[in-house]
Amino acid sequence: MSMWNKKEDTPAPRPASVPPAPPPAPEIKKEPTPVSSTPFRAPDAEARNAATIGKSVRIVGQIFAKEDLYVDGDVEGTIESQENKITIGPNGRVQASIRARDVIILGQVQGNVETSDKVDIRKDAKLVGDITTARISIEDGALFKGSIDIKKPEPKVSTPTPVATPPRPVETTSHTPANTGAAATTTR
Amino acid sequence: MLSERLRSLFRRDNGTVSYEPKPAASQSTAAMRAVAAASGKNRNQRAAPVTRQSRGLEQFFYNLRDIVGLSILDCAGANQDNIDFLINLGHKVYSQDLVRNLDDCFQDISEQTNPGRIEYFLKQNLDYPPESIDGALLWDSLQFMSAPLLNAVVERLFEVMKPQSYLLAFFTATEKMTDVPSHSFRIADNKTIVLAERDVRPAGQVFNNRSLEKLFGKFESVKFFLTRESLREVIVRR
Repeated sequence: MSMWNKKEDTPAPRPASVPPAPPPAPEIKKEPTPVSSTPFRAPDAEARNAATIGKSVRIVGQIFAKEDLYVDGDVEGTIESQENKITIGPNGRVQASIRARDVIILGQVQGNVETSDKVDIRKDAKLVGDITTARISIEDGALFKGSIDIKKPEPKVSTPTPVATPPRPVETTSHTPANTGAAATTTR
Repeated sequence: MLSERLRSLFRRDNGTVSYEPKPAASQSTAAMRAVAAASGKNRNQRAAPVTRQSRGLEQFFYNLRDIVGLSILDCAGANQDNIDFLINLGHKVYSQDLVRNLDDCFQDISEQTNPGRIEYFLKQNLDYPPESIDGALLWDSLQFMSAPLLNAVVERLFEVMKPQSYLLAFFTATEKMTDVPSHSFRIADNKTIVLAERDVRPAGQVFNNRSLEKLFGKFESVKFFLTRESLREVIVRR
């Protein structure tokens, strides 16, 4: 009986004396964190997860990117990121032709813009140049001078059907579906 | 007796007499401006956007019906409504903002006689290949140009527009040189526009039917639509 209802009548022996508390650590004086007088601003949504050209950077030449790109500085030349998004930030001043999947403009661009999907010109942005795109959005207050040419994306062929074709002259590029899609965005 | 009845109609609850009828929604911007001026409102206060029918616009698009792939010059400045409308018709859009660019190229209206500045303005705004434009929506931009600039712009339009193409222009039908409001124009459908006042500018000159016929003398035909708002809508065939 007592086996199942075992009670410990005697409390567990406690140490006779409580070990002395460890000596207090030397007080560390926390230095105040330097705080900017300007409120903290989270980076723009467009700038997140994108390679960034800061507003104090000036680049003359060609830029090729394989990821999203955020340009807040000065660029002169060409900017290309065929499969990704290029954002020209509010401080961005670009004298370049731009080719990308999507282009968002908040700053100033002088040059042609060519996208396979969408061009988005935000309020207070300025674009002087011709646009070739599938979709376009222009906010009130934006300044745009140029032409807009809408090119609907060609439907992608899912399964290439084997068709007996006559021999063709040798070409340097292969006609894969991806290349077909890229062809829709070639210059006029 | 009649005047007393009219006064009683406009009498307010506090007993003061006011002769300011509230502008109806369909009232024109010109009428609203007159009411605002009479009530001593600030000149910089802008009238609310107004939606109105436009016979000129209807005629313009009627002439372009059943044709796609045209090059249309829109001089109202880029806005989503006009771009969407023209793109949905299957056209290519050339966007310019002539009124805004007047400020960039000329200090004031007196500078619009300077041949060098005029050439610069044409280079900046109407530098298109000859006979490349199938239709031009000039809206009210021409009425803010003085005679030398206006003649040069019309001459350049004649060069860049294709034969048998059309242009649409609006002129305020005033008999004296006054400041007139400039508007932004948004196309709601093929015969409806939304006008939003941008600012008030001095008119370049007084326009009447005769002066407009003379202005577009090189063009094939000029057709006028006089609206209730003292606005001449002009369709010109190249």
